[in-house]
Amino acid sequence: MVRWFTLVCVSEERSLSGSFEELAMPLFDRIYNFAHWLTQDREEAEDLVQETYAKALKGFRTFQQGTNFRAWIYQILRNTFLTSRTGMKAMATVSLEMDGDEAALPAGTLAIADTPESILLERSDRQLVQEALGRLPVPYREVLLLCEFEEMSYQEISATLAIPMGTVMSRSSRARRALRDTVLQLQTK
Amino acid sequence: MACESWTEKLDAYFDGELPAEEARAVQEHLRGCSSCTAEGLRRVQQKRTVQAAGQRFTPDPAFRARIQSSIAARRPSPWGRYWFPAFATATVAAVVVAGAFLLNAQHERGNQQQLISELVDQHVATLASANPVDVISTDRHTVKPWFEGKIPFTFNLSELQGSPFTLIGGKVSYVSQSPGAELIFRVRQHQISVFIFQERGLGEVRDKEAPRSALSFEVRSWQHNGLRYFVIGDVSGQDLDKLSELIKAAG
Repeated sequence: MVRWFTLVCVSEERSLSGSFEELAMPLFDRIYNFAHWLTQDREEAEDLVQETYAKALKGFRTFQQGTNFRAWIYQILRNTFLTSRTGMKAMATVSLEMDGDEAALPAGTLAIADTPESILLERSDRQLVQEALGRLPVPYREVLLLCEFEEMSYQEISATLAIPMGTVMSRSSRARRALRDTVLQLQTK
Repeated sequence: MACESWTEKLDAYFDGELPAEEARAVQEHLRGCSSCTAEGLRRVQQKRTVQAAGQRFTPDPAFRARIQSSIAARRPSPWGRYWFPAFATATVAAVVVAGAFLLNAQHERGNQQQLISELVDQHVATLASANPVDVISTDRHTVKPWFEGKIPFTFNLSELQGSPFTLIGGKVSYVSQSPGAELIFRVRQHQISVFIFQERGLGEVRDKEAPRSALSFEVRSWQHNGLRYFVIGDVSGQDLDKLSELIKAAG
């Protein structure tokens, strides 16, 4: 009887890892890409992804089936990154003013139409934007990637980054502006 | 409404995050305002550029395969997949009959199994890591002192000369919030992890009931002097026994 029970426990564990694999492996390339963007280093990205997958597999029992697996595993990845040496260093250099409301932004930064800057940005190539993205502070970089590249909804980003929806909006807006400024700086160099 | 109020909404509009009514109002405004339309176009352009630029890094196929295989080690066999529901039903009935005593015993055994699974995970993570150890040395007199001040106990390491085992190094490991030592040994092309933790931090682990294999890894475990040892590797049971004996001999 006990043996049967053990057998079923093992089968259940294996079944869980089976469904974990079905959910997690299709996201692997994107998760790695995101991890590399965060760490800016191949080895660190591999360590981060490996730890993320190990933690996610281990905690898969606590994941509620039918809820958002992608937001869940990205959240694990980001929390793991934040506790890493690189993550702590990256976040330690971030200004607390980053998430202030829009009213605190420098005047005139929103109403840009056909300015030389906007034209330059339109012409900027992919490589230049990649370089600019890499130079952004991590909170800006991650929110932009989640929003534009991962095409997550504000709600998903809010869950992934553990920040309120309002902060997602203000941070992504600031991040876009910071990206534009960085591209301009790189172009005028 | 001044254009600034509209441009504030543009990001949310192009992200598809504005409520329908507000989105319609923005759309209406864009039709009649060339300045906001230009700004909108610029933002869409930037959005597309970031979307394309976001895809930059590709994982090494070997790394992908490594992660895949570590997950696949737990993949359900066809047997488990098809017969699981039948076993589950039978087991529910069986457990009801077995009563509280068996359930309690099983609970303890389950904790034990979980602990072993956790350690196997750590062993696999070590194997796959680019930096598997924090102290690299084949000299036990270097490795042992390295742990001083990092873990709340000390242990002895045996002389491996004349044995097929080589000490590679070690690192601090955690299980159930308790720090311990993970020592990595090599035998031929295989690596073996030896975990040492304080017994009291682990709850009850019974030698007789400790699993001798988990997820195709061989496992040995024993208790000595208030410390619990776990030896885990994908080598033969004899190899693991030999290394276990050597470690036990060091006391």
